[in-house]
Amino acid sequence: MKAAVIVFPGSNCDRDLKVALSQSMGSEPAMVWHGDTALPDVDLIAVPGGFSYGDYLRSGSMAAHSPIMKEVSRFASRGVAVLGICNGFQVLTETGLLPGVLMRNRNLRFVCRDVFLRVEVDDTVFSSAYTAGQTIRVPVAHHDGNYFIDPDGHAQLEDEQRVAFRYCDETGAITDAANPNGSLSNIAGILDPTRRILGMMPHPERLSDPALGGNDGRALFDSLISALS
Amino acid sequence: MKALVHITLKPGVLDPQGKAIENALSHFGFEGVRDVRQGKYIELDLPDGDHADAEAAVKEMCERLLANTVIENYRVEIVDQT
Repeated sequence: MKAAVIVFPGSNCDRDLKVALSQSMGSEPAMVWHGDTALPDVDLIAVPGGFSYGDYLRSGSMAAHSPIMKEVSRFASRGVAVLGICNGFQVLTETGLLPGVLMRNRNLRFVCRDVFLRVEVDDTVFSSAYTAGQTIRVPVAHHDGNYFIDPDGHAQLEDEQRVAFRYCDETGAITDAANPNGSLSNIAGILDPTRRILGMMPHPERLSDPALGGNDGRALFDSLISALS
Repeated sequence: MKALVHITLKPGVLDPQGKAIENALSHFGFEGVRDVRQGKYIELDLPDGDHADAEAAVKEMCERLLANTVIENYRVEIVDQT
């Protein structure tokens, strides 16, 4: 598998993502600057977390219009897998590659802690190494992670089983208390209609090695390697 | 001339910041505020010209960048500078 990580001014999880991908891939992803207009031949494009363009105007809105994103959209339309984590998820909603929007957290606070996620689907290139219904522990670190979509859009996501992850408690129960940011239906990650684009607020790359305190995130990268190699 | 752009959350979209302001006003003793909705105000300095053309151009800017129309409405006002 060949991968590229997009780097915007203000990205701060790009190198973590590079380490996590390298660990699973056995080779390094290409790091592609936001001002570039061409992508190398890749099977996966990863859009990292951080504060691209200082979150000016709206989180992800400036990055969505940077030169490289036209190329990302073009590759995505050809079926190249795209993974957006945290700010990367915000960028993908702002570009229109994923529906809905990430609003300010319900309690208005920046939330930075481990959360539990229920894996909702295991039939995607991002999640085949998990089992649907499995509970995993992954960190979140965001101020704007409150997923919102209109009722029709929400119904469509549910009908098409495009909710990839939901916030849950340790036992896997989807409760309001386990929802760190007020997201609609505890949604933590969603897929596009082709199931080749995933956006998620939690950071699997931050718990992808036992030395980091856990490796529940690693299966996401291993899934990609087995599907795209 | 100037374009004054008001961006507000659509009705029905939860506004936690507006809610926090509403609670703070109540703590300050200001009564009678039934609801607070927070938005953005953007001012654009434009060369003088036809107002309708300018309004159309600024609306395009709102659609493409200034507003996220999934959750936000916008209102554009073109005014001559004094």
